[in-house]
Amino acid sequence: MAKQPENVLVFIEMEHGKVAEVSLELVCQARELADTLHVNVDTIVLSGMNVDICSQTIISYGCDTVYTVCDGRLEFYETLPYARIVSDFVRESKPQIVLFGATAIGRDIAPRVASDLRTGLTADCTDLKIGDHEDKKQKKVFKNILYQIRPAFGGNIIATIITPEHKPQMATVREGVIKLSAQEKKRKGTIKPFGNINWDAIPFINTVLERTIHEKKVNLKGASIVVAGGGGVASKEDFDLIKQLAATLGGVVGASRAAVDNGYIGKEHQVGQTGTTIRPKLYIACGISGAIQHRAGMDQSGKIIAINNDPEAPIFNVAHYGIVGDLHKVIPMMIKAYKGKS
Amino acid sequence: MPLKLIVLAKQVPDTHNVTADAMKADGTVNRGALPAIFNPEDLNALEMALEIKDQTDATVTVMTMGPPRAANILREAMYMGADAGILITDRHFAGADTLATSYTLALGIKKVGDVSLILCGRQAIDGDTAQIGPQVAEKLGINQLTYVEEFVNVEKKSITLKRTLGQVSETVKTALPLLITVTSSANHPRTFGAKRLMKYKKARTAIEAEQEVRRSSTTGEYGMEILLDEIEQKKKSLKSKGLFFETWSADDVGADHEQIGLPGSPTKVKKVQSVVFAASELKKIEPNPEGIREMFIELIEDRTFG
Repeated sequence: MAKQPENVLVFIEMEHGKVAEVSLELVCQARELADTLHVNVDTIVLSGMNVDICSQTIISYGCDTVYTVCDGRLEFYETLPYARIVSDFVRESKPQIVLFGATAIGRDIAPRVASDLRTGLTADCTDLKIGDHEDKKQKKVFKNILYQIRPAFGGNIIATIITPEHKPQMATVREGVIKLSAQEKKRKGTIKPFGNINWDAIPFINTVLERTIHEKKVNLKGASIVVAGGGGVASKEDFDLIKQLAATLGGVVGASRAAVDNGYIGKEHQVGQTGTTIRPKLYIACGISGAIQHRAGMDQSGKIIAINNDPEAPIFNVAHYGIVGDLHKVIPMMIKAYKGKS
Repeated sequence: MPLKLIVLAKQVPDTHNVTADAMKADGTVNRGALPAIFNPEDLNALEMALEIKDQTDATVTVMTMGPPRAANILREAMYMGADAGILITDRHFAGADTLATSYTLALGIKKVGDVSLILCGRQAIDGDTAQIGPQVAEKLGINQLTYVEEFVNVEKKSITLKRTLGQVSETVKTALPLLITVTSSANHPRTFGAKRLMKYKKARTAIEAEQEVRRSSTTGEYGMEILLDEIEQKKKSLKSKGLFFETWSADDVGADHEQIGLPGSPTKVKKVQSVVFAASELKKIEPNPEGIREMFIELIEDRTFG
């Protein structure tokens, strides 16, 4: 019998006809894992319409084969049809790892699929790695398995979870914890319809009486941790650092007016008099000089950490902790320290 | 036939309020020092079930899987208005991950039989996985609606609910039986009813009833038969007053021992690290890993994190 390819599979989530950012992040992460394992990256896209252009985008971030299922009834996510198709696809393609975004949809479908396949699932991972595991009791070594790393117990501990004896190994991964790698526009890949579907057996049983689609909500006010970036962030790409730190700490991304004006992030993230006034337990100001308008929107925060390379920046007047230094170096240190790997 | 509703609830350590007493010197959490509470979003699920009960003639049973002390949340559910409580407990369940837990809960629900609607909180605050709901639904082979925010109406064979999944809010009508997970924004759980509290504070699981009889019995070791008889009498008397919580073991629900507890759990914890963030007036922190670590330790100690 031919050996199964045991690829790394990513479930692609669509948002209004576009690939969700978290799915592209997962493709980048899957690429890394697949390179370590010397296998390919597969993705599966379920959509109400043609996804050829989206598929090319997915390939450009490191996917080898995009499997597509296009049918008008799949325009909006519904648990049973989506879970059935993905479970059947996994049974047929036999990946060793399956990744989902830890979004509302990812957290709805992934447990259903894992239960159907009788395998393990780790929720809300912040990091994934390949490594070995020695089971001392069984005197067995499991080679090249997936370390699924996640905060647990209300964020008070970091746990490494493994699924040594079951395939596939499944995880949902938080949005924003993986940095998008550079897009390779000319990267070649394959786009294939997944056709092995018995549509009569797919249960569409929900009737949607009303549906509203809203912009992504940013819950700055409700957040207990806000990580905000300002004009001191060098570029839009570097603003990902802010997002990564926020995701690592379980916080929400904020921004100063300068960051919004520079086009680093949407206005809904703006903190300050013209944006949102907040008082989280912890506010981390990264590269924000601290104009009065900004300070007025955040000076009531429980604890304020300011990172700025200008020791005279006014933000230090309201901060509890001041770090004079380059945020592009300091933030990765903070992420590392939080993950307890320092 | 009235609709039969089951609320799945979990007793959890209060991870959202980690007090200084609960922190060990090395910066890790002393779980034993945390109060055990009714998982917050399970209270929202119970409230929604009670709203349905208020509008129809539905019955509400709260089911929990956990150690014997989880009986406390069953009593709390009774104070709020539940009709019955079931404790599923067995030391063989120890080490269960979500797959093994959902397998066990699904067996418990099947044992109750003819359940129209199962409600649970979106997620529990000790694990934050949000996996039990969908996995129980899958094990039962029924439909699920997660992130439910509002109950609209229920008919004999269908229900209408509002939910928000990411950026899409929907009013969905779907068939029963169904499992739903309820978010904290759905409602404000009601407080305990004074009369219900007076009555149901005497409600007991089989384990508690037995312990109480043993503690007060004077028959000693020669009176084993008498003792067992007393225990049976006690349970019978509790049942007749509606004060008895069914108490089921792995065998009571017909569990395959290979699918419960540690053996039934595909995921294993390989390693656990405490988040040792390294520790007001403006404090200057050096831009190096040591400085940041120290700052984080302070933020943990003053409970800014966690």
